Amino acid sequence: MSSALPGIKSDKPGKRRFSLSWDRMLVLMLALSLIFGHALSPAFLSNDNLGNLLAGISEYALMALGLTLLVVAAEIDLSVASILGMASGLLGVLWQAGVPMPLTLLLVMLMGIAAGAFNGLLVTRLRLPSLAVTIGTMALFRGITYIMLGDQAVASFPQAYTEFAMNNWDGTFLPLTYVFLIIPLALAFILLLHHSGFGRMVYAIGANHTAVEFSGINVARSKFWLFVLSGAMSALAGIVYTLRFSSARADNGMGFELSVVAAVLFGGVSIFGGRGSVTGVLLALLIMGVLNNALTLYDVSNEILTIVTGLLLLSSVLLPNLISRWKESRRKTAAAVIT
Amino acid sequence: MTMENILSLPVKPPQPAQSQRWLGWLLRHREASLSAVLLVIVLGTSLVHPNFLSAQSIKDIILNVSIIALLTVGLTVVMLMRHIDLSIGSTLGLSAFLVGDLFSRFPHVPVAAAIAIGVLIGLLAGAVNGLLVTWGRVPSLVATLSTLYIFRGIDYAWVGGREINATVLPENFAVLGSGSFLGLPYMAMIAFGLLLLLAYYLKNFRGGREFYAIGSNHEGARLAGINVAYREFSGFLLCGAIAGLAGVLWLARFGSVNASSGNGIELQVVAAAVVGSVSIAGGSGSVLGAALGALLLAVIASALVILHVSGFWQLAIQGALILLAITGDTLLSRMLARQTVRRNNHV
Repeated sequence: MSSALPGIKSDKPGKRRFSLSWDRMLVLMLALSLIFGHALSPAFLSNDNLGNLLAGISEYALMALGLTLLVVAAEIDLSVASILGMASGLLGVLWQAGVPMPLTLLLVMLMGIAAGAFNGLLVTRLRLPSLAVTIGTMALFRGITYIMLGDQAVASFPQAYTEFAMNNWDGTFLPLTYVFLIIPLALAFILLLHHSGFGRMVYAIGANHTAVEFSGINVARSKFWLFVLSGAMSALAGIVYTLRFSSARADNGMGFELSVVAAVLFGGVSIFGGRGSVTGVLLALLIMGVLNNALTLYDVSNEILTIVTGLLLLSSVLLPNLISRWKESRRKTAAAVIT
Repeated sequence: MTMENILSLPVKPPQPAQSQRWLGWLLRHREASLSAVLLVIVLGTSLVHPNFLSAQSIKDIILNVSIIALLTVGLTVVMLMRHIDLSIGSTLGLSAFLVGDLFSRFPHVPVAAAIAIGVLIGLLAGAVNGLLVTWGRVPSLVATLSTLYIFRGIDYAWVGGREINATVLPENFAVLGSGSFLGLPYMAMIAFGLLLLLAYYLKNFRGGREFYAIGSNHEGARLAGINVAYREFSGFLLCGAIAGLAGVLWLARFGSVNASSGNGIELQVVAAAVVGSVSIAGGSGSVLGAALGALLLAVIASALVILHVSGFWQLAIQGALILLAITGDTLLSRMLARQTVRRNNHV
């Protein structure tokens, strides 16, 4: 019953049938937006453009993977973008101090894990609501980044690393980061959430926290590891972002958190927990990326896209609700006619 | 079990333990502990730098905090019902620009009409949120995250690359943001007046108590005959109206407004409410506490400036403070609950 998020009132059984086909709806929407993009501009389907499109959503994808699991477990992490920023900052500071790159990357990942563990401890040990905790750590982590970097920017990262982050796999539209990082990680997350005992437990925790607790599973420990995972993924996103732009600044990724949350929810993950899929979230991100890219190519300014994002997000929850409402009222009328 | 339930457990007179009475008092008067922290910071800073208590510096702080405090008070009403409104920053931006645009087209619009239009824009935004949450059954976090984007998008589309600057604002409107009466800035008076009105309403009126009831126990409130949907709708309406008003004040204070004005302010406002002991789980908190939370964050910000602490430390300190406030609040109320249970078992 108890849930850490506000605005959570009840589960509507009517949503279930619809959410089974939400992934398919997303596939359809993606196909339509690809056609739309192609119709708007012939340059849309070029390797360069598709590579840019994918690179543009790569950090969001990494953060969204970790966040998906958390939201399915009925928690939330608003500090993801700040952990991205903190990872970027630490990467810059360590590299500037002459620490060799492999060690730097290792330390940055450890920092992400520590940040996630900090969130996890506050939520599970002290049993604080994750929304409040991660609003706090969002400010704290971003603040630490400002303390580390101030207003300076670190730029000169080693070429081998930045080339990895910037280039496509030869002759294809796939960025190297996708081939070696994002696609394997996405597959791993699909396996973890949809084909493992742990994943089943994550759903169960989100659907009925108390029942899982009573069946002898240590809910707190599982949730703790989900926060750690989210922290690690955000740090990885920070590394990719820093190398891709070859720039570590304290305001890197500022404000990304709400877009990531929007993508996760648009992807069909229920804010009540217990429902949603990794593929749905990735499809949602692709749709947002394609629309963004196509509209930019067509010289439609970003403002329209802001409205589109909002409408998509809203419709993903509002439409199923209205459909179930309509069915309900029809059933009532039918019942009234019979009696 | 929320705070309200814990506090309404019967207190059996014979011998409440000393520590328990103290804890209970502290929890019931969290405004007192916030004020104490505030006092310590103000006194400490002014010992090092007497300038901190100069009239000018106090006025600056009050001007800076008025808008955030106003927004925090509005959001509190929504948070009491276990809802949230993330769209307030976008509503503020929309209202600020539209009212500014109005002035640039019709320079002779009366100030009262401009304020009314700002509030009206806020009411509309609040009505959209309220309808989505009550009629559309969309969780408030999702609904207001969507409208955060949609309202901001409408703002961008309307504004394009334009910018309103102070030159188009009539003199008697700009006074709203900078003028004062008997040393008290008008803006602070508006914020403070609304704060008192709302505090009184929430404490003493049936409608006000219903906000708490819904947040403490939604189903219970419904069973007790409260028209939950109506109350939720009016809460979002109120929060939107206040955001609209805050937009007008923003325009009066800063003069220049573009499409991204107020962007990202929503999380600052949530943070201020949380520092002010408004529970994110609903049913507990007060507008006075929320306003004190906003004031505390603003005072700390200016104390850091005057103490020559690098501005880069400010955000981290703010974050630590938010975490401290949530942790302290939760642990205190849990300790009290445990003691109450133990004592009731003894009797």
